[in-house]
Amino acid sequence: MEYYLSLLVKTIFIENIALSFFLGMCTFLAVSKKVDTAIGLGVAVVVVLGIAVPANQIIYQAVLAPGALDSILGITDPKESIDLSFLSFITFIGVIAALVQILEMVLDKYFPALYQALGIFLPLITVNCAIFGAVSFMVAKNLTLGESVVYGVGSGIGWALAIVLLAGLREKMKYSDVPDGLKGLGITFITAGLMAFGFLSFGGISL
Amino acid sequence: MSSEAKKVLTQPIIDNNPIALQVLGICSALAVTSSMANALVMTLAVVMVTAFSNLFISIIRNHIPSSVRIIVQMAIIASLVIVVDQVLKAFSYQLSKELSVFVGLIITNCIVMGRAEAFAMKEKPGVSFMDGIGNGLGYGFILMTVAFFRELLGFGTLFGFEILPLIQNDGWYQANGLLVLPFSSFFIIGFIIWAIRQYKPAQVEKD
Repeated sequence: MEYYLSLLVKTIFIENIALSFFLGMCTFLAVSKKVDTAIGLGVAVVVVLGIAVPANQIIYQAVLAPGALDSILGITDPKESIDLSFLSFITFIGVIAALVQILEMVLDKYFPALYQALGIFLPLITVNCAIFGAVSFMVAKNLTLGESVVYGVGSGIGWALAIVLLAGLREKMKYSDVPDGLKGLGITFITAGLMAFGFLSFGGISL
Repeated sequence: MSSEAKKVLTQPIIDNNPIALQVLGICSALAVTSSMANALVMTLAVVMVTAFSNLFISIIRNHIPSSVRIIVQMAIIASLVIVVDQVLKAFSYQLSKELSVFVGLIITNCIVMGRAEAFAMKEKPGVSFMDGIGNGLGYGFILMTVAFFRELLGFGTLFGFEILPLIQNDGWYQANGLLVLPFSSFFIIGFIIWAIRQYKPAQVEKD
């Protein structure tokens, strides 16, 4: 239990997916003008990451990992061992796209209120690199199923936290006198840089 | 080369830059710019993928039903990225380790997807191919500029060759540790956007 808790804290703060790996930056910078929309998108990302990372972990370990299919196909000779890991990109993106689509239908049918709130953001999430990035890191780090659930939810919460914070800063920034050329995108980049600088200080925590 | 093709090719470099104006493909711009060599490989990979995905999608654009077009585009892009990844692993294993998950992340790089959706679905194959190369180069222009400053000032080298001799090696240059850290690219991109907008005031955002 304690191990999973420290993994959760680590993925939210120390290895924040937005501010230390810079994933999901496109939506992070483009959809952070208002706090309300940022919260909506943040929740959607937490849900999709929480499902997508474990789902892809199961598929990777059961089918794609080197040697995973050997016992099913009865291959004993290590020379003939099947390695499908080169197919992982296309599988992951297919699984993510399908998941988002299914989630959209389920929400539409059973939770119309939530669907109304998230509706516009859900399709956007398929191309959010935070999802694909977290799945790739899951493979690179060789996580178990339990760890991947915690990792998915944790990185989702970390991303949501970062985008809500940035949206809060940008709402206040309306009242500041920014040089013309830096207005909008330019100053947002610099703000995000300073936030990443701040999050760097969590790096000193050892768990 | 006809004037239209030339315009499509050169416009995304400054006038309509994917990173500085369209806010696309920022994720990898931040993480792979610590050295010129990494940035160059990443640029080449993105130019290849964008150009060919635009070409293929444009060829079959009249046969794609619009309800499943995202999945079709994803499948084409993912296959191209797998080719790039396998080539990189075969010919330059060290480099592919350094770029780690960021090669895979080209799939979710919004430049590729965005150009497929906004340009290749409407235009003829030849022009779409040019547009892909142009946008890849616009992305590469920002990437190489950021990498130039980060490698020169952070390590005193360019492409691994010593330009500013470091104090540790009996030179005179004290390396700037800030620029070694990935988030420094936020500041550099912010300033590049400022510079471009000073030069092209039409791009300044109204608030």
